[in-house]
Amino acid sequence: MYRLAVETTTEKAEIAAPWLISHAWVIPLLMVLSFVTILLFGKRMPKRGAEVGITAVGAAFVMSCITAFQWIQHVEDSLAGEGGSALSGLGKSLVFHGGVGAESGIAPITQTWDWWSNGLIKFSAGIQIDGLAVMMLFVVTFISLLVHVYSTAYMEHDTRYTYFYAALSLFTGSMLILVVANNSLMLLTGWELVGVCSFMLIGHWWEEKPNSNAAIKAFLTTRTGDIGLLLGVIVTFFAAGQTFNLTEINEAALAGRGGHTIWLVGASLLLMGIIGKSGQFPLHTWLPDAMAGPTPVSALIHAATMVVAGVYLGARLYGVFWQGFSIADGGMNPMAIIGAITIIVGALLAFVQDDIKKVLAYSTISQLGYMVMGLGVGAWVGAIFHLFTHAFFKALLFLGAGSISHSGSHHSFDMKKDMGGLRKFMPITFATFMIGSAALAGIVPLAGFWSKDEILATAGQSGFHFFQIIGIAGAVLTAAYMTRCIYLTFFGEYRGHHHPHESPKAITVPLIILAVFSTVAGLANAAPLGVEKFAEYVEPRVAFPEVVVPQFEGILAAVSVMAVLLSVGVCSYLWFRKDQLGPFKGLTQRNAAARGGYTFLVNKYYLDVLYTDVVVGGIKGPLARSAYWFNQNILDGVVNGIGRGAPAFGRGLYKYVDQGTVDSAYNGLAKETGAAGGLLRRLQSGQVQRYALLIVIAIAIFSIALILAK
Amino acid sequence: MVAQNVAFWIIAIAMVLSAIGVVRTSNVVHAALYLVIVLAGAAAQYILLAAEFVAWVQVLIYIGAVVILFLFGIMLTRSPMGDLDLDNSQRMPAFVASLALVGTLTALLVDAFGNSKVVIDSPTKTSVLSSDIFRLYIVPFEAVSILLLAALVGAIVLARRD
Amino acid sequence: MILNQFLILAAVLFCIGIYGVLVRRNGVLVLMSIELMLNAVNLNLIAFSAYLKDTSGQIFVLFVITIAAAEVGVGLAIILLLFRNFRSPDLDQAQQLKG
Repeated sequence: MYRLAVETTTEKAEIAAPWLISHAWVIPLLMVLSFVTILLFGKRMPKRGAEVGITAVGAAFVMSCITAFQWIQHVEDSLAGEGGSALSGLGKSLVFHGGVGAESGIAPITQTWDWWSNGLIKFSAGIQIDGLAVMMLFVVTFISLLVHVYSTAYMEHDTRYTYFYAALSLFTGSMLILVVANNSLMLLTGWELVGVCSFMLIGHWWEEKPNSNAAIKAFLTTRTGDIGLLLGVIVTFFAAGQTFNLTEINEAALAGRGGHTIWLVGASLLLMGIIGKSGQFPLHTWLPDAMAGPTPVSALIHAATMVVAGVYLGARLYGVFWQGFSIADGGMNPMAIIGAITIIVGALLAFVQDDIKKVLAYSTISQLGYMVMGLGVGAWVGAIFHLFTHAFFKALLFLGAGSISHSGSHHSFDMKKDMGGLRKFMPITFATFMIGSAALAGIVPLAGFWSKDEILATAGQSGFHFFQIIGIAGAVLTAAYMTRCIYLTFFGEYRGHHHPHESPKAITVPLIILAVFSTVAGLANAAPLGVEKFAEYVEPRVAFPEVVVPQFEGILAAVSVMAVLLSVGVCSYLWFRKDQLGPFKGLTQRNAAARGGYTFLVNKYYLDVLYTDVVVGGIKGPLARSAYWFNQNILDGVVNGIGRGAPAFGRGLYKYVDQGTVDSAYNGLAKETGAAGGLLRRLQSGQVQRYALLIVIAIAIFSIALILAK
Repeated sequence: MVAQNVAFWIIAIAMVLSAIGVVRTSNVVHAALYLVIVLAGAAAQYILLAAEFVAWVQVLIYIGAVVILFLFGIMLTRSPMGDLDLDNSQRMPAFVASLALVGTLTALLVDAFGNSKVVIDSPTKTSVLSSDIFRLYIVPFEAVSILLLAALVGAIVLARRD
Repeated sequence: MILNQFLILAAVLFCIGIYGVLVRRNGVLVLMSIELMLNAVNLNLIAFSAYLKDTSGQIFVLFVITIAAAEVGVGLAIILLLFRNFRSPDLDQAQQLKG
């Protein structure tokens, strides 16, 4: 049939792909079905819907692992088929033009359905499975599974337990849609859906106004970035010759189709979207406020998965950014600059927080800055690898904070008031939190070290020395504020008024699992040890620019580790000594400059004031007043005028036509028919429908008669 | 062509069942929702018959506006939302009459058209539709606009609380 | 596709609509049944438009949809007035024509 037929096209790799990897759309579909099921039946189930959610995400995780395994198999088979020459070219990629090339066999496996086409423009839905997608599938389902299990204990007494699980399922499904999308429209759909789920989950306890305010703020701030994203999708559509397909856009970008300027415009607009969603400066203000949501939500959405959607976008459409920002030429480009600013901004703000979740939120902003800066300096593998490792240790830290609040400080996150000395009471949480912090700071051989080092090495070797220094400075600051945080939480005397104890198994087991991953995940791409498995499987070989392969620099690694350890040492010394902070204690009270700096940081650089009062307030007043004037004077005037004319017409009609002419005739007739109306009175019930029935019966009789008489 | 036939039958059965639902259910709001199914089914049938623009207009105006109007009407007339008997006393005669009409029409149609087939070469282009409206049927078009204005004004005047 | 499929479907819907108009007590439900009838007519017109390959049918349908929307608006306004006067949406109470 002309258009409604489903056309499926499977791009053949040289080797036929096994079933799951070419039908990987079942994975997001499973989560969406889980959402619907929990919504409809969750309240009546024995575990209030959690069993459906956990089963679904567990199955999705298993399927993601199988898909990953099939992809690795696919890569290995393709490499083996080319006689091993590709192995020596590992890490280097070729620009893909039309299928010719030694490594063209490792194209991503795609499936497309044409949904609606209008002559020139084709709207389709489809999936694209390659190393990047498979890695994201793994991370998203894994962290989601751990969060699902964790929430059985954490959210146990919550009144909206079932809806929470439903929203978690929907979120996981939406993120998976985003990740497997093969065209920018579908990616945009997934993007918006995760934004909506984030809104729902942040405002989960909406009975308190600050929580719903935070949810709206998160949604609107990311929306502001999404303006840029939408325009960017449109620009790249036209620039790439009217196609939404991500691979085709990348190819067109790398070929420089249509000149350089349009790709610069497209990349800048897409960057706006990344700034909004991934919490870069200046649209980072929503992330700390989003901590008003439950901690499992913070761990899943605002640490490991949703906020990295922006980085994922940058990685997927890397060709556009590479071309638009001329990353190959070195020097300053907007992506790297914004990433660098974000690193420092986030890290500085983390110092003045009393709320442990806010410390972790600013830390996330800072680490996202690393990823974006990494993309900006051409360290694609480094940035994505950092996304991978960051998911583990940041989720670990958030879940650890949740564990502390659940069992240690009685639902409070304030470090100064309710925590302290918890290492004696919560040993497992303490140990895993330390591992997570060490991984975050980048201490060898934990996960964070390898990924950060790769970004810094690439920056240096591509000529971006300024950003290399910023990166090291960021690492130093990270170590410092985490030391402060650990001290306030786990050491010293317990300042709260409750009875802290260790958390139940459903909380501590995910923590232990994540701690194990935070330790060993880095070894997936430990370049100095000669292991480059991650790069081999994840780096795209199709429509990908020639990025620089970082060579391991021992000196750089040693410098960064030393700087970090020095920072930890100095901070520990300052915090742990008997007269805490030594000569620095009370500095902000004594010194006006220090106090000014502190106030500036505590007020978050006055950005919130700028956005809410100046920008929004200046727009909504005049707009509302002019709309009101228009309504009162113009619209109502027209309606009133017409409303007076029509009844006047009706009155004239009544007086002259009805009363004068018709009625006089009727009066004469009525006398005659009144006499003859006795028997028929029953039918005149006055009810219109009775008359209608008579009419219909008459029609039926007449029509039957006519047909029979034919 | 099997797919089209299957689709037609599924949609047709859904439409008929929902139409019966509209006239038989005892909950007013449910009737409105059944009506939505009928309207959507009609839109789907229009697509099967290659009239996409009309299908879109149907969805937008009928489902999008008219049904909302109905729901408002239900709300404003405080129709009983519980399950009460919503039929009057002439159920049996009405049923017989409708049945007779259906039988008559069906016999007539089968006799007249038999097995003629609808063959669709290409979907109706909206540009052709619009050129026809604005060339051949421009006068009815203007008349309908005036009628809409009159209906709008009339409805407001009728419903105002004076 | 056979033309009669659509025409008979339209006839069935039309008669269900007639049944609804005659039987339902609530004015809004009567209007809904009228909508059913109008949709049946529309289906008929579109089927013939496809059969005869003439776009006039579809144009007529556009007009019908427009007029139906206008009619629903005015009809609901009338029902509203009835409701105000009788305090109930029951059409059986509109017996002023009795006698």
